[in-house]
Amino acid sequence: MSLVSDTTERSLESYRITRSRRNVAWTGAGALVVVVVLALFPYIVYSGTTTIMLQGFIVLTLASMWNLLAGYAGLVSVGQQAFVGLGAYFVLIFAIHGVSPFAALPVAAIGCGVAALPLWWLVSRLRTGYFAIATWVLAATVMLIIERFSSIGGGTGMPLPGLSGFTGTLLTAYTYWIGLAVTVIALATMYILLRGRLGLVLTAIRDDEVAARSSGARVGLARMLVYVVAGVGCGAAGGVLAISQLQVQPGAVFSIQWTAEMAFAAIIGGLGTIEGPILGTAVYMVLQQTLQSYNAWYLIVLGLVAMAVVLIARRGLWGLVDDHLHVRLFPVGYWLWTGERGRRRGERAKGPRHRLD
Amino acid sequence: MSERTDQQALLEVRDLTVHHGQLRALDRVRFAVFPGEVYAIIGANGAGKSTLLRTICGLHRPTEGSILLDGTDVTGLRPERRATRGIVMVPEGRRLFPSLTLDENLQVGATYARRGPWTTDRVYELFPWMRDRRNQRTAQMSGGEQQSVAIGRALVANPRVLLLDELSLGLAPVVVQRIYGMLPQILATGLTVVLVEQDVSQTLRVATHIHCLLEGRSTLEGRPADVTAEQVEAAYFGLQGSNQLWHGSTRSSRAC
Amino acid sequence: MAWVNAIIQGVLTGGLYALFACGLSLMFGVMKVVNLAHGDLAVVAGYVAVGVITVTHIPVLWSFLIVVPLMAVVGYVLQRTILQTALNRSVLTTLMVTFGLSAVIENGLLQFFTANSRAIGTGLALVSDSFKLGSQIQIAYLLVVIFTVAVAVLLGLQYFLSASKYGRLIRAVADDREAAQLCGADYRHVFGIAAAVAFGTVALAGIAYGMYSQLQPTTGTDTILLFAFAAVVIGGLGSLWGTLLGGVVLGVAQQIGAQINISYEVLAGYLVFLAVLVLRPQGLTARRAQS
Repeated sequence: MSLVSDTTERSLESYRITRSRRNVAWTGAGALVVVVVLALFPYIVYSGTTTIMLQGFIVLTLASMWNLLAGYAGLVSVGQQAFVGLGAYFVLIFAIHGVSPFAALPVAAIGCGVAALPLWWLVSRLRTGYFAIATWVLAATVMLIIERFSSIGGGTGMPLPGLSGFTGTLLTAYTYWIGLAVTVIALATMYILLRGRLGLVLTAIRDDEVAARSSGARVGLARMLVYVVAGVGCGAAGGVLAISQLQVQPGAVFSIQWTAEMAFAAIIGGLGTIEGPILGTAVYMVLQQTLQSYNAWYLIVLGLVAMAVVLIARRGLWGLVDDHLHVRLFPVGYWLWTGERGRRRGERAKGPRHRLD
Repeated sequence: MSERTDQQALLEVRDLTVHHGQLRALDRVRFAVFPGEVYAIIGANGAGKSTLLRTICGLHRPTEGSILLDGTDVTGLRPERRATRGIVMVPEGRRLFPSLTLDENLQVGATYARRGPWTTDRVYELFPWMRDRRNQRTAQMSGGEQQSVAIGRALVANPRVLLLDELSLGLAPVVVQRIYGMLPQILATGLTVVLVEQDVSQTLRVATHIHCLLEGRSTLEGRPADVTAEQVEAAYFGLQGSNQLWHGSTRSSRAC
Repeated sequence: MAWVNAIIQGVLTGGLYALFACGLSLMFGVMKVVNLAHGDLAVVAGYVAVGVITVTHIPVLWSFLIVVPLMAVVGYVLQRTILQTALNRSVLTTLMVTFGLSAVIENGLLQFFTANSRAIGTGLALVSDSFKLGSQIQIAYLLVVIFTVAVAVLLGLQYFLSASKYGRLIRAVADDREAAQLCGADYRHVFGIAAAVAFGTVALAGIAYGMYSQLQPTTGTDTILLFAFAAVVIGGLGSLWGTLLGGVVLGVAQQIGAQINISYEVLAGYLVFLAVLVLRPQGLTARRAQS
């Protein structure tokens, strides 16, 4: 076959595989600088700004989780609001029993991860489309069950205790910092997971599930792990939400709006890359701030843009950036260098690099 | 057999190159089929035979080259448009509609049919056993029966060129012979047949012309009477010196 | 007794749910599209009906003559354009597109019509009245009408799929798209027809619900979509009459839950759904467990 002859022609050229195109240490240093600068915000800017930033952190965490689910594991879940709500309520429950909400947050997040296991068991056998709606039904069910308990506010919700000892500015600052911490941890976790074995398995599944299974990849386990991690992440975001709003209302924390926002931000930014949600969240924040006075408009525009992205610019905004600049801030793929002269038939004539991810 | 040189080719394949992703499945294949012929494409597994038929009927896009029906370029047409123009394929593996009955399968084939001699009644005449089982789901039928239904479904569309993809696959030799035995009746109604087969001996018995493919390239073309068994074998397996296209001793005009 | 009343109420409500569900089931069975905007489109139909009635002053019960064909056309166009493009990419894409559509519709309705609920008031005694069976059982006429309509629609769908040209084509394309192409069928057009039929039923469902209860921007997802899906799963994927059975089971479960405690109504339905998901995921009508 012609493929054989093509390859043998170039067998003398060397092949090299690297994880990234440029030195990743630069990105690491850059990220550190960004985080430090962000951490200093409460000292530099008004609390109005930090509140907006906090909202951005929540959406970014959520969008990253949705990206992990849909962009990497192929799981379109429209029921992640269940974990947002559970995270908020776990924090509330701990706070009612005297634990500081800030201390309760990590435990609440882990609790959501544990809760994700039975939920996964319920829906994992369903195929894509029905999986999606089932997650929605599950979220609605969780909300209805929680509303039964008047001790945590019933159907109307209740304020979050345990934060009255803080002054206004200090509370805003602490909330901001914990929001920042959650976001950083979420992104870092994604990077580490996807760079390692899980990332390989997920890419294999994405390319060809049958082949992945037959070569030993634990497809079901990988997906479950992703679902649990997403549960933890969304739960953490829900906890931050509870703290930032100082109250927990079922209708607010279990709202489908959260899923809509995280999905649209992830889609617009670009599914399948870690950088995508960052860009998408930025777009979301800009839209939300500019259209704020027009109520539901920002969600309408967001939804329309997301639909357009999915149909046309499939890899989202980051995909456009990536296509032109070949940049990865969080390198989790591989580059194949085939030498300056080699060029396989059908490849774009731009350079000898072939992305393998 | 009609004299090829003074007629318009019914189906013409020109310099057809087809890829599956990076893999080249067909490399500059060309031939012409004239009305009334039984043109057989033979070759080993992976030679590109089914890809060729799938490209002719439109399920696959060629990288280069063209397909002409009666002189008109149909390369850009979708499969369903080619079917209504007269290129109808009986696909590999039969591919009947499992949730439809025998009769319903035929009716679907007849939905966009051209005008012509074939109707569902005529198919029932060709295969009398079908009448009693017209309301049966085809999934419960034997391979040979399913093959007959698939052929019937293609016939009711009144094709001009009938493409048969690996009829013998999964069928007992006796059944295969019986099905190929139907060919004269089919041809009598004015059809032209292009078929793809791995079973060379069966092919040589029914074909008016054969064309051998090896790894996507043409290695042999001619009439069965003009080629020897050794030549066919060499072309089929790619033995020494047979990588060039070999023509039958009576040179059939090649469409250019 | 209250219990018998509840069960009858539940059975009849099942007809409404079956009406919700059959369009969803059809689109999934034929195109493998799960339309997350399914319920919202029903709500849109309801709003359109309200608008049509207000503008043209036609008798309320005939509003469906305008709205149903209109929605069918919308369905055909939507399928040929957005949904087909999404389908060509992947199933995930169709989910994301329909989810986006759902959010756009809901927020659009919210924006233009506010969160106030609307009802399709017929002003007819038929709608608000009920009749009595025996001395204890009270049945609303409207529910009986809706149930009859649902059964009629299912019968119509069954006939359409089994005996008509397009019904055959739809089944063929659903079985094997390429083989249907080889028979001369443009599957995109056939998908469009299937979508048109599905959207027609969705319109009926929306109008019915608008008469039976109130329509709000969020009704599409809160009530219609999730109930439709629950009905489909309980009844069995891929079975038209299964959706009726599923709807009835869902309705009865809800009414029994309401008898125990009025606020348990919706939850009871979902718990039954979850139970079916755990114990018999292929649904009540399917013969074998699907992989």
